[in-house]
Amino acid sequence: MLIDHPLLGPRDAAEFTIIGDAALIARPDGLADGALDAFHDYLHLRDNPAGEHRELWYHDHGDRSWLVVTRDTLTHAVIKVELAREVALAMGRGEGK
Amino acid sequence: MKYSAWKIFTQGLAGNSGWKPVWREPEPKPSYDILVIGGGGHGLATAYYLAKEHGLANVAVLEKGWLGSGNIGRNTTIIRSNYLLPGNEPFYELSLKLWEGLEQDFNFNAMVSQRGIINLYHSDAQRDAAVRRGNAMIMAGADAVLLDRDALKRKCPYLDFDNGRFPIQGGLWQPRGGTVRHDAVAWGYARGADSRGVDIIQNCEVTGFKIENGVVKGVETTRGSIGAKKIAVCAAGSSSRVMATAGLRLPIESHVLQAFVSEGLKPIVPGVITFGAGHFYISQSDKGGLVFGGDIDGYNTYAQRGNLPVVEDVCEGGMAIMPMIGRARLLRSWGGVMDMSMDGSPFIDRTSIEGLYFNGGWCYGGFKATPASGWCTAHLLATGNPHPTATAYRLDRFRTGHPIDEKGAGAQANLH
Repeated sequence: MLIDHPLLGPRDAAEFTIIGDAALIARPDGLADGALDAFHDYLHLRDNPAGEHRELWYHDHGDRSWLVVTRDTLTHAVIKVELAREVALAMGRGEGK
Repeated sequence: MKYSAWKIFTQGLAGNSGWKPVWREPEPKPSYDILVIGGGGHGLATAYYLAKEHGLANVAVLEKGWLGSGNIGRNTTIIRSNYLLPGNEPFYELSLKLWEGLEQDFNFNAMVSQRGIINLYHSDAQRDAAVRRGNAMIMAGADAVLLDRDALKRKCPYLDFDNGRFPIQGGLWQPRGGTVRHDAVAWGYARGADSRGVDIIQNCEVTGFKIENGVVKGVETTRGSIGAKKIAVCAAGSSSRVMATAGLRLPIESHVLQAFVSEGLKPIVPGVITFGAGHFYISQSDKGGLVFGGDIDGYNTYAQRGNLPVVEDVCEGGMAIMPMIGRARLLRSWGGVMDMSMDGSPFIDRTSIEGLYFNGGWCYGGFKATPASGWCTAHLLATGNPHPTATAYRLDRFRTGHPIDEKGAGAQANLH
């Protein structure tokens, strides 16, 4: 698999470590009501789709950036690669939320 | 037809013209008492034990492809019960005991071959862990023998004992472990279930569930709707896809595990040998091919094939303990889709929908569990209570704080 890094261009997937579903960016608020259930779902439950899947990859043998890679789990085709930082900021994270 | 040496003899005289297909190809009935989704090892074993142990034969097995087309035909055929934790070890030991009587039980040659399994250890700490594991196994009624360096050297002189990074100090040996002809397991269970009246319906994909007021009433399939009082989902690899149609999210990710076989060689590896400092396990098939595997590829996938970095990683593991295999040529490799659960342990449990039962999350270890998995799932379906050896395999164990952290890795590839 080749991952088309937004800054470095196409890189071999062996340079990366995958951490899992990109939904992990949306860490629940530990002080909110129902935080226990929210954390259970966040930590343990997965959509695990057959088809397009957004996931977090870490470029540990490269520039150590975090990426959100959209990939097809039926064909291994890499559809889209974004910097996780930009995805997280677009979700409104990193603003004290 | 009961198989025996006499049958082979008389059929030989008759030009082998009298052998019959060993299961029917029935049309689905409008409804059954129990539906089993998934015609692989676990589903067929569940149906077999429902019919044989509990006398429940108004049962159908629904299989989306052909019988045994999933992981029962794609594994490395190893059986063992060398687990540590109380939630696991009695279950896997039950499985090994069922393997030992399986061929007589279902009158089919599954080539159960108990040639032993050796887990190597490479440090003092690993030796201590092996002693602890061996004691846990013996306490659960299994067998375990600690081999020191000299004893191991007599059994397996070809191992790289003085490897620069991971010198081999010894191994934990389970003499009753071994290998089984995996396809024959599916065929034997299918034949046994069919002959007791279970309908095995192939090319019948479940597309949805009929659920009324939180009670399951049946399924929608590509061959029409089928009613049922109870439904067991035994579709490991596709568990999330099937259960999503019932509106349930599971603590499971699907990953690919690759396996490899070399060209046929003269007998060299007596049983199963596993690397203690990396992930690599190897045995030799009856045809002479070295059968081996290692880690999952690490990314979510439903494709039954992996990528080259893991091929390299697995072969490196092999070279680290057994440099002699370096000149053997790799003949084939393939991949199977695993249900990787969040703690690396399986589920056999009810779900939040009444009448819907779930069997899955087997990670790398589903094949060896096949008989006990079927036994315990059948027990749960027939009696309404979990089998005593499978009480820890709860689907809600993460919510209640009772994960089974046998290895503590689960689906997280960077922890493997």
